[in-house]
Amino acid sequence: MHLTLGNEIIDGLLKALQLIFSGDPTVFEICVRSILVSSSATMLSVLWGLPVAAILGLKRFPGRFLLKGFFNAMLGIPTVALGLVLYLFFSHSGPVGFLHLLYSPTAMIIGQAVLITPITVSFITNAIESVDPEIKELAKTLGASETEASIAVLKESMGSVSLAVTASFNRAIAELGVVLMVGGNIAGFTSVLTTTIALETNKGEIALAIALAIILLLIVTIVSIVVNLIQRRKT
Amino acid sequence: MKPIMELENVSKAYGNIIALNQVNLKVQEGEIFSFLGPNGSGKTTLLRIMAGIEKPTSGEVRFNGAKVDESNINDVRLKTTMVFQKTALFSTSVFKNIAYGLRLRGYSKKETADKIREVLRTVKLEGYEKRPAKKLSGGEQQRVALARALALDTEVLLLDEPTANIDPKNVSIIENVLSWVNKEKKTTIVVATHNVFQAETLAKRAALLLEGKIVKVGATQEIFALPSKLLASYARLENVFSGASKVTGEGTSLVDVGDGVQIEVAFEQSGNTTVFVPPEDIILSANPIVSSARNSFEGRIVEISDLGTIVRLRVNAGKDFTVQITKRSCNDMQLNIDSKIFLAFKASSVQTV
Repeated sequence: MHLTLGNEIIDGLLKALQLIFSGDPTVFEICVRSILVSSSATMLSVLWGLPVAAILGLKRFPGRFLLKGFFNAMLGIPTVALGLVLYLFFSHSGPVGFLHLLYSPTAMIIGQAVLITPITVSFITNAIESVDPEIKELAKTLGASETEASIAVLKESMGSVSLAVTASFNRAIAELGVVLMVGGNIAGFTSVLTTTIALETNKGEIALAIALAIILLLIVTIVSIVVNLIQRRKT
Repeated sequence: MKPIMELENVSKAYGNIIALNQVNLKVQEGEIFSFLGPNGSGKTTLLRIMAGIEKPTSGEVRFNGAKVDESNINDVRLKTTMVFQKTALFSTSVFKNIAYGLRLRGYSKKETADKIREVLRTVKLEGYEKRPAKKLSGGEQQRVALARALALDTEVLLLDEPTANIDPKNVSIIENVLSWVNKEKKTTIVVATHNVFQAETLAKRAALLLEGKIVKVGATQEIFALPSKLLASYARLENVFSGASKVTGEGTSLVDVGDGVQIEVAFEQSGNTTVFVPPEDIILSANPIVSSARNSFEGRIVEISDLGTIVRLRVNAGKDFTVQITKRSCNDMQLNIDSKIFLAFKASSVQTV
């Protein structure tokens, strides 16, 4: 039994490498869709998360502590639970059912964006808060207005912000619950790396699953290394 | 000369703590003015208010005769600039650090590059444009901060302890640049310092600040003409000692400052004398020092303050001495609190206050 399983894994691994290096169209299509969906979700979360983080990091107002606490708590939200909420939201009887977004890449993008927003907001807020408080005053003494000084602080935190964005992207591309619930893994339309890995493994198509898992790990690793390298060059 | 900056009944409180109490002051256009006072006397707060990055709790600040308020604060910030005691730099190149303020003032690319070259030459950092600013030594970083301020050609330059934590070579470069800028560019300079000798070298006028109040404003010599003990206690200088002095007959005098400590000085004076030993002139050693220095003491370290590249030590040798050494030497000598240490300084290093 062990021997058979061992053989199966080696066999699967060999086939997986073959699929990757032969430029298999299905593998290619799933990869591209995964990257597109997750990078769009990351951009969306930065679009609405950055202003929130900037306010949390730069301004002092009543309720700030609670709001920060909320985003920190949401970091650990179970993806399936969020997927279920979003499923109900997008379903025909849900509040935006009339848009017919369920089981579409758009729903997956929105779902992932919502999922990673706590990461984007919390990490960027921390990045802004860790900037030396003298930077804002320094900018002012050099002639900056209040707004220009705040921009200087944001720029100073860019290194850590890019790491926060990378973490958000990695979380998005590696998550399964939300995309499965609102995307449904429709071949050629909504299937992405994680959903296909889960489905193909269940079907016993271990080779394709392994190939996609290797690619997923490669994407996550390469993105992190590239961002780190850019960071090091800048500093 | 007309006043460029006027403070009228300016007070500043942080909660219950009063940092400034009814300060009235006029800084004249084109002068070098110095705030003298111990740590915590309100020098920094005063500079921050003048720089427009802090609002007074009450009172009025006028710039070129106009009251500073929300409507013109941005204009005032464009005409004044401040160099902080703790060097603040953007995490980028020297070039971009200096370019920041120029960009806000609408300089073209060529004007910016030319200006940066010029100011780096002034602070003796030619060719440093591409270097990451934060990787420079403490003294070089402070010179970049000064160059960045100079590039803006502001009417007023405010400096908070610009030479507090750097080595003597960098101190002299900075002091020379400040004198030059004031003379050549007619920039009004306000410098806060706890170093009375720096105040004397640089400024024609000074204000003595104590616990948020201006105790005296006047020509620097007038401040120095205050009874020496009063000045020393006001300024709460480090390494200031008072006692009865006796002429030795060898061209020196011996000042008995109490607690078994006698300091030999290179002048002949008898009677009550107050002396100052510059921290940077004191030599430290883990072993007894054999040298021509006339003053040699054994003590124990009671305090270590890490100031970046420089480490400041307080050594109790009967009296407390403050000594300044490089961090490298401190690490090499493996100094810790309560370490036994020997210190020595020349009689000629000792100055009268």
